[in-house]
Amino acid sequence: MSTIKVNKIENTATADGGIAIDASGHVTVDGQQLPTAGQLSNRNKIINGAMRIDQRNGGAALSVNSGTDFFAVDRFTSVGTASAGVFSVQRSSTAPDGFSNSLVATVTTTDSALAAADQYYISQLIEGNNIADLDWGTSSAETVTLSFYVRSSVTGTFGGAFRNSATNRAYPFTYSITTADTWEKKSITVSGDTSGTWLTTNGVGIHITWGLGFGSNWTGSSGAWSSNNYKGATGTTNLMATNGATFYITGVQLEVGGAATSFEHRSYGDELTRCQRYYQNIYPRYMAGQFLVTNEVACQFVPFYVLMRSTPTATYSGMSIKENNGSFATTSLTGNAQLTENGLNVVLTRTGAAASDSFVGFITSANMNAEL
Amino acid sequence: MSFSYQLVADTVSPLDGATVTAPFVLKIEGDIISYIPKENANTDYQKYLEWVAEGNTPDPAE
Repeated sequence: MSTIKVNKIENTATADGGIAIDASGHVTVDGQQLPTAGQLSNRNKIINGAMRIDQRNGGAALSVNSGTDFFAVDRFTSVGTASAGVFSVQRSSTAPDGFSNSLVATVTTTDSALAAADQYYISQLIEGNNIADLDWGTSSAETVTLSFYVRSSVTGTFGGAFRNSATNRAYPFTYSITTADTWEKKSITVSGDTSGTWLTTNGVGIHITWGLGFGSNWTGSSGAWSSNNYKGATGTTNLMATNGATFYITGVQLEVGGAATSFEHRSYGDELTRCQRYYQNIYPRYMAGQFLVTNEVACQFVPFYVLMRSTPTATYSGMSIKENNGSFATTSLTGNAQLTENGLNVVLTRTGAAASDSFVGFITSANMNAEL
Repeated sequence: MSFSYQLVADTVSPLDGATVTAPFVLKIEGDIISYIPKENANTDYQKYLEWVAEGNTPDPAE
């Protein structure tokens, strides 16, 4: 058996393209990085990394003014600080070549002197079921690479972190934005954590944050695992200090291996279905049937589009019911209603309804939330 | 927006007459009502439990 030692193979007539092999044995073909580990497809553990799916807002802006989770696009949450700085987030059509959308954060109220507990960030929580192959928390922990496109009106060193569900393992990272208002692709390679507990259930597997501004409570040294609850790295830029500052991000990918491959574009339907495991809206919906019990009506089972991560929180608006020839009147679920990760068994009440009456029920909007 | 939590009354099953414990608590924000399942994997239920642990009390069932 012989081995050919070569750094590059290319056509004799041109220096454009070809096959290149770096010192680690990683291969690029015509400038495109091939996977260094793992499979060829379904590499990206990030859902909605191209920021196309926005079931909740249809592209409308949200004002992030508290520590609550704000979902401007599916699966990506934005978190702020109450009674301090404020930023807006929304899906944007500003995007690098090959993408149609990004997520943009815009500072609307500055926080130039960050208190220790202040925090402003964008994040995605990855379900444990989807990171089981990484073997984190064991001696076989896989190396991963996070890549994304970023653009900001503010240049400097930015950062973020990987964390576990117990928030007692964290890996802060940094990256530089060198030119204002220009798309740049960033890549962060992380040696998998051989310590700590990393869930492989339907709980939080990995929590990845991109910082817009962090107080000292939340930051640590970059490039090393820590047992602290770090969400960002020390010495990074405070975007929140500049009114009107913008931060765009898209093309987010987390994959096994030591090098970033090109973004794995999935079909819109595929991405939407993945998002619906965590959030879906089953509106508007009519339901018809017959009262089974006086003052109560058992309605049909309403299946969800996909099996959800866990039993969701159901938020309804415009829930009403019409009995026989009557008019629609507001109603609500009774304690007999059943809600599972599969669907909803609706049980409504209608005072005065007889057991033989027929009915039509209507729900204007029904949001099912099983986010991490 | 301010919110409140409210318990949901137990009901009697129309099938066998057994008492059915309501499987959720309500979160009420204006005219928006959320039914939060009593399931530990649900993050809204986790927040409800934290809220109770802080010494708060939900409104009784109607």
